[in-house]
Amino acid sequence: MKDERSPDPAARALPHDAARLHVTGSARYVDDIPVPADCLHVAFGTATVAHGAITAMDLDAVRAAPGVVAVLTAGDLPFANDVSPSVHDEPLLADGSVHYVGQPIFAVIATSHLAARRAAALGKIAYDERPAILSIDAALAADSRFEDGPRIYSKGDCDSAIAGAPLVLEGRIEIGGQEHFYLEGQAALALPQEGGDMTVHSSTQHPTEIQHKVAEALGLPMHAVRVETRRMGGGFGGKESQGNALAVICAVAARATGRPCKMRYDRDDDMVITGKRHDFRISYRVGHDAEGRILGLEFIQYARCGWAQDLSLPVADRAMLHADNAYLLNHVRIESHRLKTNTQSATAFRGFGGPQGMVGIERVLDHLAHAVGRDPLAVRRLNFYASAPAASGDGGLSAPPASGLPPEDILRPKMAEEPQEDLTSRGAGAQVSAEGDVAAASGGGQTTPYHMPVTDFILHEMVDRLVESSDYEARCAAVAAWNRDNPVLKRGIALTPVKFGISFTLTHLNQAGALVHVYQDGSIHMNHGGTEMGQGLFQKVAQVAAARFGVDVGAVKITATDTGKVPNTSATAASSGSDLNGMAVQAACDTIRDRMADLLAGLHQADPASVVFSGGEVRVADARYGFAEAAALCYQNRVSLSSTGFYATPDISWDRIAGRGRPFYYFAYGAAVTEVVIDTLTGENRILRADLLHDAGASLNPALDIGQIEGGYVQGAGWLTTEELVWDDKGRLRTHAPSTYKIPACSDRPDVFIVALWDAANRADTVYRSKAVGEPPLMLGISAFLALSQAVAACGESYPDLHAPATAEQVLRAVQRVQA
Amino acid sequence: MSITFLLNGETVQVRDEPPTRTLLDWLRENRRLTGTKEGCNEGDCGACTVMVSDEGGHRALNACILFLPQLAGKAVRTVEGISGPNGELHPVQQAMIDHHGAQCGFCTPGFIVSMATAHLNGRTDHDDQLAGNLCRCTGYAPIVRAARAAEGAPVPEWLAPPIFGPEISSGGAAEPRGADSPPAPFQPATTDEFARWYVDHPDATLIAGATDVGLWVTKGMRDLGQTAFLGGIADLRGIEVTDTAIRIGAGTTLSALLPAMADHHPDLAEMIRRYGSVQVRNAATLGGNIANGSPIGDGPPALIALGATLHLRRGDERRDLPLEDFFIDYGKQDRAPGEFVEAVSIPRQDDRLKCYKISKRFDQDISALCGCFNLRIADGQVVEARIAFGGMAGTPKRARAVEQALTGQPWGAEAVAGAWDAWATDFTPLSDMRASAAYRLDAARGLLTRYLLEDLGAATRVLEVRA
Repeated sequence: MKDERSPDPAARALPHDAARLHVTGSARYVDDIPVPADCLHVAFGTATVAHGAITAMDLDAVRAAPGVVAVLTAGDLPFANDVSPSVHDEPLLADGSVHYVGQPIFAVIATSHLAARRAAALGKIAYDERPAILSIDAALAADSRFEDGPRIYSKGDCDSAIAGAPLVLEGRIEIGGQEHFYLEGQAALALPQEGGDMTVHSSTQHPTEIQHKVAEALGLPMHAVRVETRRMGGGFGGKESQGNALAVICAVAARATGRPCKMRYDRDDDMVITGKRHDFRISYRVGHDAEGRILGLEFIQYARCGWAQDLSLPVADRAMLHADNAYLLNHVRIESHRLKTNTQSATAFRGFGGPQGMVGIERVLDHLAHAVGRDPLAVRRLNFYASAPAASGDGGLSAPPASGLPPEDILRPKMAEEPQEDLTSRGAGAQVSAEGDVAAASGGGQTTPYHMPVTDFILHEMVDRLVESSDYEARCAAVAAWNRDNPVLKRGIALTPVKFGISFTLTHLNQAGALVHVYQDGSIHMNHGGTEMGQGLFQKVAQVAAARFGVDVGAVKITATDTGKVPNTSATAASSGSDLNGMAVQAACDTIRDRMADLLAGLHQADPASVVFSGGEVRVADARYGFAEAAALCYQNRVSLSSTGFYATPDISWDRIAGRGRPFYYFAYGAAVTEVVIDTLTGENRILRADLLHDAGASLNPALDIGQIEGGYVQGAGWLTTEELVWDDKGRLRTHAPSTYKIPACSDRPDVFIVALWDAANRADTVYRSKAVGEPPLMLGISAFLALSQAVAACGESYPDLHAPATAEQVLRAVQRVQA
Repeated sequence: MSITFLLNGETVQVRDEPPTRTLLDWLRENRRLTGTKEGCNEGDCGACTVMVSDEGGHRALNACILFLPQLAGKAVRTVEGISGPNGELHPVQQAMIDHHGAQCGFCTPGFIVSMATAHLNGRTDHDDQLAGNLCRCTGYAPIVRAARAAEGAPVPEWLAPPIFGPEISSGGAAEPRGADSPPAPFQPATTDEFARWYVDHPDATLIAGATDVGLWVTKGMRDLGQTAFLGGIADLRGIEVTDTAIRIGAGTTLSALLPAMADHHPDLAEMIRRYGSVQVRNAATLGGNIANGSPIGDGPPALIALGATLHLRRGDERRDLPLEDFFIDYGKQDRAPGEFVEAVSIPRQDDRLKCYKISKRFDQDISALCGCFNLRIADGQVVEARIAFGGMAGTPKRARAVEQALTGQPWGAEAVAGAWDAWATDFTPLSDMRASAAYRLDAARGLLTRYLLEDLGAATRVLEVRA
């Protein structure tokens, strides 16, 4: 890890900017913001059946309950009744019919949070129940789906390749969903302003979308709505679109009452109402040779999307885009079904479909190695993409950049439609197919199933290092010896790689803005479009700003994300936060710095390029100014010390219908070794040790990056082991609280947990050559799942066919299969 | 209602609050002490952890299911009171900064209070001390690094005793109340006082630790009517060991029970270690665990396997019955109106007890099934078998057919196999979100095998395996 005293402030392992506020309990979240004494509180009354028409609503008891000020139903909404981030299919309040258990039907506005909740429970709703489609099988039987049919991406001739292969293997894996369980539940606060304007504080990853949806619901232009987000108590994708309902109802309630209105979901409500990670079924058919070389591969992915479209299309797309993970597939076909069910509308969750796609291919490799009787790592390496040659002189990617259509051309046909689409949503432009010029497969080199050349592959080298540092081979032998000696407890070990594509696949979202001010005392005010949810984005970007001005990071004030300062932002999602906002802040800082340099160079008859900003000083010719002194001088000379900055990721374009192009600016890589033990009598299991090696490029802050890696791994391992979502046959979520839904606890982290950074510069020209790190490490947790598969395999001859999550029950079932 | 306690060193008197007002809501809404967070509102996530001190010591508790009357005469310290009066950081706070133990920061105040309480109590079993604090960001590794780093640091002077003062009267006095107010809570100081009162108020809701009743309020949004808070009854607590029995007062917390069991029945102590979390065990009482009649409580199966006797009391009348007979059916116990659990006694015996708790997560999870085995072997034969399960029926229940199948058999694989069919005679478990019926039955069978293999010296415990 780089030293905390590293001379370059953009690469120091400094603590999170709010660390002191966190540990003293003084960091403010939405529900902590002091509110005027007349603030009202909102709660939803929700559907108790999974599908049906509302035949009667008796809300008299709700209205009569203590503390109730007003009750709103769909008919009371003044303008748009919609909180969808995509295709306007998600009413804020049910409009005549309900589509899942937990769907908001009415809103109670009361004098306290508790009074609102208590009153909301008193609503009497009568339904004409209709058959509910709850499962993948039921959705397939009813052809209940989004889009008119499956999406198919392909390369080569998969059918012929499989038909001609010496061996063929088939299988299927069920992959459960995942509740975000951000510790801070969804929350919003709306403060009415003069002239009907509205200010909203929202715990959201996407303030611009909140602004858009609130404006739509109030019949106002976006300029009349200001959204502020200082921080979230965790997001993980669950606050990309799921905060819309709270912000909009608060704004509507504030408009109706003229008083501030606040809403936060009780945990059970949060889990019942909001979407989760998509559960998937992935079936596969692979033609291979006796060594385990994949010759042809077909995947069919089924995603259970829930009742509304939300972000399901790009999620399912990303699952397809990660169906290769680290492996060259010359003949491949990926078919993706996006199924509509009467359950919560599944949404973004760290990895955004990528993890499910990756579990699919890693399962194939595990199965394949079992079938050919070889070490799984050897089979994995056999199928890896080839190493990319070292970076060329400019450090950029060697692939030719694609020339896609400019975003405005892509979007123009959509602009005329009413109501207007939120263009900043990942759910926007779902049907758009860029025509013509998307990148075609280059003549040479290896390509992904979506025809993008892989030019930065470093997993051979990373795996070499990890095999050595984790003592992988000796431990495999020790595991085998243990398994010979122990009849009840079996161990397993697995090494799995991660290759994750970085960029929003909706190309136009890959842009960011920033606003930087330098004050006359040399202090710096920094703002950008990214949101802070714990990942340390603000700290990283502040370090970039400090580095550009050559000052201590303490000189940089980090301020709340505010749609009034930086407009038209993308969600802080797709791991893009520091890549995009870091560059935008850098651009803003450089604009100011160049103006300062011009002035100082002029005063000293020097070349502006020779002016140095470093160590809190500005040096020009033989003169040295303190940074504050230089700022004051600029002010006195009427030089603007404020600038916006803007960044748009270059060289990407993507046709999601054709499945061709270069959706990603680069790939982030990682590899993990996990060792586990299982009890063959009960299926109970534990992670014993994990060794992680992850590629964060030239890290902007090694401490924060390691935090993302450790936390991502545990979250990924939790998804695939203890975190089980259970719905009953009425569509009711039975695991709606931490008492029944089990995220990892302290002792679930590996006893031995060794995490290292692969500290090499990004070949792509990113901010300080760093790499995105938010999502990729989650998929290191796949190694825990496959280590469990290995441990089960030690119980007998047949393949474990383990499904996720690998709860004790699932593991015992697999042991029984293997022993049968 | 009037309750007096110390809040971050300052005496506060609470009036005009309903007895089921939670400390968390009161802190955040009345005192604007917003450092204490609501994460789940059911005592599972620990974001609301506060330190509560009295003559018994310093305990971490979940403020979300802690009713104000439970604090009478105690000292409460929130995250705002963990740092010093001039903003000085506590060693665990500094260590959390240094080791990057906070990411989103929302769980952090709860962790800080748990860590500071453990630090004050000299505890270094961090995984156990922090089992009741969930973090979704860090994966816990940096938090444990921070806890270790702070181990040796001296306790800051502002936390040094005495942190509660004699001027705080214990208990609160009932006040005249308005027509709309809920009835004033009854807060007895002795078992006798309570026994007499309860005969006249048999419909009252009894609240000891509130780890279950708390959820009736925060999730069920129920009005509890007349309440009685039993936490102030000193003579309902305590463990008495004689030559013939271990008698445990109903008001004994699971935290107090844990070390007491370690000498006599270490496997029960190990199971209690996994019962709830520190915050839950600090509040929950053994009497509550029995009296609420839950089919998935972990205490009763172990006590039944040990042949425990339940001591019930109504007014001045007392009666004893075997614990298993207390549980009649789901939601139905052998308890008369006005009658309460006073104590439970475990007969002294050589330790043969093994307690197997099966849950999705090892720590702080409700059992899918909990099997407790107590077999006596003489000359290679099973001479007595007591096996009891939670999670397998509508009540905690003995596996009598299995016991019968084993008794008199040579202790070995054949005996285990011979009992195979008896399991289905004893139990027809349900499928629910914790496990399927088939799994419950399969795992129960597996646990008998585990008991045998433990006797034979095979490694059977995944928690004891190290990398």
